[in-house]
Parts: sequence; structure tokens; C-alpha cells
Amino acid sequence: MNRVILINFLRFISLIFLQVFLLKNITLYNLSTPYLYIMFILLLPFETPNLLLFALSFLMGIIIDAFYDTPGLHAASCVLLAFVRILFISVTVQKDGFDNEPEPTLSVMGTRWFFTYALILTLAHHFFLFNLEVFRLSEIPFTLSRFVLSSIFTVFLMLLSGFLFYRKRKR
Amino acid sequence: MRNLWIFINKYNAFFLFIIFEISSLVIYIKYNSFQKASFINSTNKITGGLYAQVNELYGYLSLRETNDSLAKENARLRTQLKASFYVDSVNKKQVKDTIYKQQYTYIEAKVINNSTNRSNNYITIDRGSLQGIGKGMGVICSSGIVGKVVFVGPHMSIVQSLLHKDSRFSAMLAKNHEIGYIEWADDLDPHKGYLKDVSNNAQPHLGEEVVTSEFSLFPAGIPIGKVSNLHIKTGGYALNMEVKLAVDYGKLQYVDVVVNKFAEEQAGLEAQQKKNE
Repeated sequence: MNRVILINFLRFISLIFLQVFLLKNITLYNLSTPYLYIMFILLLPFETPNLLLFALSFLMGIIIDAFYDTPGLHAASCVLLAFVRILFISVTVQKDGFDNEPEPTLSVMGTRWFFTYALILTLAHHFFLFNLEVFRLSEIPFTLSRFVLSSIFTVFLMLLSGFLFYRKRKR
Repeated sequence: MRNLWIFINKYNAFFLFIIFEISSLVIYIKYNSFQKASFINSTNKITGGLYAQVNELYGYLSLRETNDSLAKENARLRTQLKASFYVDSVNKKQVKDTIYKQQYTYIEAKVINNSTNRSNNYITIDRGSLQGIGKGMGVICSSGIVGKVVFVGPHMSIVQSLLHKDSRFSAMLAKNHEIGYIEWADDLDPHKGYLKDVSNNAQPHLGEEVVTSEFSLFPAGIPIGKVSNLHIKTGGYALNMEVKLAVDYGKLQYVDVVVNKFAEEQAGLEAQQKKNE
């Protein structure tokens, strides 16, 4: 149990640093910006209580907001992301499987499930984020292309890091 | 009562979602105007301090460019020195000049946080109210205008850069002094701006310089960019044109905050006049 907390804490810190000091400066063609920090919320253990899940998402969002000077924007998107995560997991994962599958990582759940999971959650988060940031309908084609291309970039980075930390499953 | 508790417990994810979502949206709407900016921004101790440290590191990477721009500015200033003018009148009298009174002074500052790739970009600088910076002051750098101070902390301030949806500064064509206003282009390109509402009888041509006008926060004549496209579709009856911005906002290292000594007097007068109407 302590090990799980330690791993998630380290993931929390390192993802914030990665996002704020490296990925914040990356933009492809003014369109595609990765927001990899949401991977922390994606990879929290299955058994996380809902209250803790929402609180951690809110905290993560508010910290990113503090660095991006956009109070509330990322927090709102992260809370939405947490809600979509709960819905997705309750639909796709059986409740009995929790003992031997503690975390929804790529090495535990398999490539196909993780890809769908990452894709749907990232799309939800980015759609909300970009539209809330711009908040006007007149630029909808531009916002949508930013949303799609950024989602592709983010999911790509997620899969990449998933394979990077791939651990063979013990049977 | 017990049934209600069971109901809430069964759908706790939804209720928690509602609570957290509303609280974050309230923060977003309430503080996003920067009028009452809370501690959740990059002037607080932790975020500001971290940015300052990482910036030390980045500073080394662009030493050469900073050097170049400073050398260029030195050369430009040196040409304005009295010593570099040839005096062609033989009788030279010393006149004590009381006509000129200093209107603008500058506070130099270091950029510790910067962004160019979002739809609203802000810059954090390492000078604050203790060094004499106030809200609404203009910010320039050696190659052109940067933006406007919107939030002041004791040691740091946040500048709303020209690359912001709400940024709008009075500008003019350098040659014939036709007034318009400059704003950021709407496709998030950090090198492009629009000069809008120029009167129809101005005849601008490609490559013409665009500078700040007398009505802006800045001293008149600070460079903004060069006209790069005369035909853009933005609507309206006046002339609109595209401007290639002179400043590379991604590489800002040092900026100067413009302190206008008469700003208070002007603001006071204008407020009084509004009251009288």
C-alpha cells in the first residue's frame, strides 16, 4: 500500500515538472500542444475512493493552473476527466478483477484496452479544455483542429511512456 | 432520510463531480479577469521561485542572442550621443535647457516566465510594486513593444503580452502618421498581428514600418512591425492590414517597463471630465 502511494506521489511530482518546464514550451505548427500531466489521473489505482480521485484531480488541475496563469481552467477539465474515468471503468472493468489488476497501466491491462481508455479520456479532457479556454463559437474550426491534433499528440506520448515503463506481467 | 442518504451514496460519483466542477468553474470565472487575481498564478512564492530558477538555466542557452541584441542597442544609442555628431556651426553657445522635462523613465526587468502558444499569453517579470511598477504600465523591449502590466505583486508582476485576445494598442504608420490599432492575428501565430481601422485615404505599401502612436501607453515611435499583407478579410469599412511583428516573443529575456510621469495627471483629468458630463 505504501509503495502505491510513493509511486503515485513520484508520478505526480515528475509529471508536473515535465509538463510545466518542458511540454509547456512545445507546440507543433501553433496547433498541437501535449498535456501529458493528465496521465497521473489515468493511472491512479482502480480502488481509489471517488472522493480522493476528485480531490486529487482538482489539486493536479489547480497546480497546473498556477503555473499556466489560468486559475480554474485545468481544474475544471481535470474534474470532468475524473468523472469520465469513473464512467469508463464502471462500464468496461469487472469488479472482481481488482485483486490482481491494481492499476490501469498499459502493461497490466493490455495495449488495446489502454489505447481506448487513453483516447476517450484524452478526447473528453481536451475538448472541454480548448473550448473553455477560447469560449466563443466563431473560431470553432480552429479550436476543433487544435483539439484533435493535441489529443493525438497527447495519446502518442502516453502510449510511448506506457511502453517505456512496460513491465512483464507476473502470472 | 435514510433513503435519501442511500440515494446520494449510490450516485456519489455524480454528486462529487457536480460539487468539484462547480467550484473550479467558479474559480475560473471569478479570477480569470485578473482583476482580483488570487494566489493561484505565477507571482506566488513557489511557482514564481521555480520559474526564476529554471529561467537562470534557460538564460545560458540564449546568451549569444541577448548579447547581439544588446550590442545592437548599444550601437544605436551611441549614434544618438552628442559626441557622435559633427558640429557645423562655429559659434557654439551653452544654453541651459528648461524646455525638456523628463516624461518617461524605464525600469529594466528580467522575464522569468513566458508563453506564446496559447490563446491568451502572459509574461511574468521579476519586478513588482516595491520597485515602482504599477498596474497599466506599458512594457517594451529593445526591438519593440511587449505588452501591458495587469497584475502587480510585491516582487513580481504579470504582463499581458500583445499575444492576447484582449490586447489592443494604438498604432500608426510611421511615414504618414495614419492612426489605427494593433492587435494579435486570430490564428495564434506569434509573429503576426493586424493593424486595423486605418483611414481609407492612407496609402500603405508592403514593408512599411508600423510604430506606436502618441495615444498609446508607450512613447510615440516605438517599433511594432512591418506591413506584410495589405489584403486581409476582416470586414469593416476601414483599411486593415497584416503586420509582421518586430519582436520575437518566444525569445524575450530582458524588458523595460515604461513609467509615464504624467499618466496619473492624465487619468485624473479624464476621469474628472467624464464626471462633469
